[in-house]
Amino acid sequence: MAYFELILSGSGGQGLILAGIILAEAALHDGKNVVQTQSYGPEARGGSSRAEVIISDSLINYPKVKKCDILLSLTKQACDKYINFLKPGGILIVDESIENKLEREDIKIYSIPILHTAANKLGKAMVANIVALGSIYQITKIVSKDALENAVLKRVPAGTEELNKKALEEGIELIKKYKDGLYGRVC
Amino acid sequence: MPEGRIKLMQGNEACVEAAIIAGMEFFAGYPITPSTEIAELSAAKLPRIGGKFIQMEDEIGSISAVIGASLAGKKSMTATSGPGFSLKQEGIGYAIMAEVPCVIVNVQRGGPSTGMPTSPAQGDIMQARWGTHGDHSIIALYPSTVREIFDTTIRAFNLAEKYRTPVILLMDEVIGHMREKILVPNKNDIKIYNRKKPTSGPKDYRPYQVKEGDIVPQMASFGEGYRFHVTGLVHNEMGFPSNDNKVAQNLINRLINKIENNIEDIVEYEEYRLEDAEEIIVAYGVTARSAKSAIDILRDEGLKIGLFRPITIWPVAQRQLEEIAKKVNSILVVEMNMGQYALEIDRIAGKYTRVGKYGRVDGELVTPEEIVSFVREGKDCQAN
Repeated sequence: MAYFELILSGSGGQGLILAGIILAEAALHDGKNVVQTQSYGPEARGGSSRAEVIISDSLINYPKVKKCDILLSLTKQACDKYINFLKPGGILIVDESIENKLEREDIKIYSIPILHTAANKLGKAMVANIVALGSIYQITKIVSKDALENAVLKRVPAGTEELNKKALEEGIELIKKYKDGLYGRVC
Repeated sequence: MPEGRIKLMQGNEACVEAAIIAGMEFFAGYPITPSTEIAELSAAKLPRIGGKFIQMEDEIGSISAVIGASLAGKKSMTATSGPGFSLKQEGIGYAIMAEVPCVIVNVQRGGPSTGMPTSPAQGDIMQARWGTHGDHSIIALYPSTVREIFDTTIRAFNLAEKYRTPVILLMDEVIGHMREKILVPNKNDIKIYNRKKPTSGPKDYRPYQVKEGDIVPQMASFGEGYRFHVTGLVHNEMGFPSNDNKVAQNLINRLINKIENNIEDIVEYEEYRLEDAEEIIVAYGVTARSAKSAIDILRDEGLKIGLFRPITIWPVAQRQLEEIAKKVNSILVVEMNMGQYALEIDRIAGKYTRVGKYGRVDGELVTPEEIVSFVREGKDCQAN
């Protein structure tokens, strides 16, 4: 891995910027260079939100993502807006609940129930960002699992450690099961 | 803050951490995107170290409170963005005239007016230089990484104390909000400069007299028994207003010269791949990061190109730029505005070499690829 770019997108309030920070801290812990930035509108909630993370073995000059290797989209609006940022051969992780998904022939798509898992299986919609991190980890192994788990536990509110650990595991499971064809389809 | 270890830190956060290490004990502000985190973190951290944070009623109130706190002996800072920077100009002029050390952070956003609150821009270069009225000099610093925000904030405080003047810290929205790796330095490795206190007693104290061997007048803190008058009017050595032409000429000369005669001490810059360069890019802040990548690409293609990156943006590194200008074929100034610093570079280098400019003002960063293709096409000037 020389230079790896990710965009985590959704609506404001879904915790995607925090997810970006956690991923960046995990990469830092693994000894990588990392830059995390974000773009958002003037609103505090709603509107589209995107966190960007660049992980590299070498120095990072230009701090924004140009073409990403991984795009996570939790809303249709964000998916439509950012799908063209994906490199050919890149990976789109999109929430299963999104209807009328855009498709591209030259990318790999994982359509998985991130929001559903957080809200119903774990009982807390707010851990969707951590579920997503679990899935990103399982697909890319861009950070080590230890580093990721430590970074999550460092950033989440006290008393929610077990819940967040479980969220991470559920995210990993979503991808493991995906390979077994239990969810969605691979393009 | 834990020292000597690697941390992921946001630019605005690095500014506050460094300010506290530099000795900041007072912050007054009127929070505004994209500088809000600086006020927020100052509010959280200052009370824990016995300092004070005040959210004032507006920007003029903030800069005035900062000036008052500094006169009381506390190192003080405020943070804002373009719209607030406009309002603070009145107080900045007062701090220049009354020689009150303070740090004003401007995390720039798109303008004019309220512009684009969450988008980056480098449009306040000339406002930092000439935003307040009257003849004056100014010190303005411009970091380009999170680590450099840390170092530059400390330097801003040191220069403010040393030269008894407001120091502007210009930052980019992207770097203020960006998180990046920083190695937190050990406190013992950091040089802190504190203002010179009076060597004479309260009775003999002449508040605006420069003593032999000093750069600026020794500064008493209010509350320590020294009584003196502070004004924005032209004043004599006792601090009282004067209409005397000679007093006015001497004062303005002194205020300007304390900075202009010490440029070599104040100016800081980075040279990147400049050794054999025939073409030069001048860029600062986040744009210089793009320029570095562009230079690496163009060097691979065989072009002898390098970067001159001012970290002290005002006063300008005139001597260094003249020396470079005499040796090279061209200088291209790349910035996120329509050519503000290009004006200054052209003034210095225009008589020795060709000076071109490339600008962008749409709220997006200048990319390395844009610079590469602009240089390849060999154009002199473009502003999108």
